[in-house]
Amino acid sequence: MFIPCDRGGGSAAPDFKGFTLLMPAVSVGNVGQLAIDLVISTLDMTKVGYFYTDCLVPMVGNNPYATAEENSTELSINAEVYSLPSKKLVVLQIRSPFIKNKYRPFCETLLSWVKSSKCARVVLLSSSHAYQRDDEQLLGTPLRYLLTPDLEKAVGGRMQELNWKEMEKVAAYPGISDTDKVLHIPGGGITKLLFTESCSKGIQMAVLLKFCSEGDNIPDAFVLVNYLNEWLQLIKTEVNLSSQWKVPSSWRLLFGNGLPPALF
Amino acid sequence: MATFFGEVVVAPSRAGLDEEEEAREETPEDREIRREIEKKRYRQRCSGEEIDVLWTWKSGGCGEELLVCSRFIVAIGRNAAAFLSSFILDSVCWEVVGVVKLWNEWCRTSSTTNVLPTDSFCLFYRLISDPTVLLCQCSCYVAEDQQFQWLEKVFGSMKKEGLQVTILSTCPVADYKTQESTLTLASPFLKALKTKEFQEQVCCPLLEQPNIVRDLPAA
Repeated sequence: MFIPCDRGGGSAAPDFKGFTLLMPAVSVGNVGQLAIDLVISTLDMTKVGYFYTDCLVPMVGNNPYATAEENSTELSINAEVYSLPSKKLVVLQIRSPFIKNKYRPFCETLLSWVKSSKCARVVLLSSSHAYQRDDEQLLGTPLRYLLTPDLEKAVGGRMQELNWKEMEKVAAYPGISDTDKVLHIPGGGITKLLFTESCSKGIQMAVLLKFCSEGDNIPDAFVLVNYLNEWLQLIKTEVNLSSQWKVPSSWRLLFGNGLPPALF
Repeated sequence: MATFFGEVVVAPSRAGLDEEEEAREETPEDREIRREIEKKRYRQRCSGEEIDVLWTWKSGGCGEELLVCSRFIVAIGRNAAAFLSSFILDSVCWEVVGVVKLWNEWCRTSSTTNVLPTDSFCLFYRLISDPTVLLCQCSCYVAEDQQFQWLEKVFGSMKKEGLQVTILSTCPVADYKTQESTLTLASPFLKALKTKEFQEQVCCPLLEQPNIVRDLPAA
């Protein structure tokens, strides 16, 4: 699945042992993916490979994080891996939706790659439909987290210190009071599947998600990436947080082209 | 989500998972048709018969023989296929060496090589004077869950050392993202994407971000 980039000089495949894998779920508002774009762009991460998979819709374009003419011509595809060894961080960016019936095989292959590359833990950035919140969830922070039991032991305390809110479970059968509570992440894409599979496979996984709706999700991405930063401290936090993150050049024209002058 | 008028509707989500939703408004007949098509595609997918590449140069249709190919030009979509028909292909210099047989909800190709321009087809031609030059005209739509199989079966039949691939495709101007309005843009125009291994001069500007290419040309 993972194909390392040929960086020349016959360099060996990159080693992710002990790294934190940061990745998005393709979810409502694409918030996770936008947040990952901010991380890759701000930390100026190096591409170290890609996933050769038949599970995602194919796409290709030029370098979405280009800053100048010289670095704008590197091709970029739908699932690429970036790394920053100094922070022991490896990031997977997913740029297209899943092909019908292929999200399960993708999750299986992904988790077995996580195990074989010996990543220490996985942090999944995701989102969930804001309109599905219950009365209590409508108040307070729209951000939630989830930890697999293995990671709970390691960092559960930190979440308490940060005063973070754990994602609530909901009744399996709404309206019936004494029913089992289950995890329900509407609009979260593969989030729930990855989380439950990680729990059963003993993978340390954290899910960070934001309640949002489709629309201009750039502010949501900033909120989510700042939430992530509270924990992982990827960039120094100063007064004006939003200005610390570098918006990639590919975020131009998200809402269409310029208007024809003849309109006016 | 609630709309302006206070009604609650199920919003389509970019999460794109089919499992939980499907509050589609369908008549029972539509639902039945959709199910039958899905079943038929599922059966084909499982038996690996969805895409069949038939090469005329392979004796008996089997064997491990790989085609030695130095240049492979692929025209995807009706416009690109028509370009090749109009300017490149002729029966004197080119011979048909293969055909792709596939079926999906949008089109069906057959194994015949005698096609009309209005048909959906996917044919391979070889330059008679230099048999390492291969050309593909793919005017049929290859569904997104068939693209990978198409690639593996086509490229799996050829030796890839020293191979140069050129992909010709078209996109609507309205899809092109630019600062100015596409109304004032002089069209048609060419844009290119190339791998870093491609060292030759490209005949037109490179495709700027945030524009992307998807489907079979991207695959």
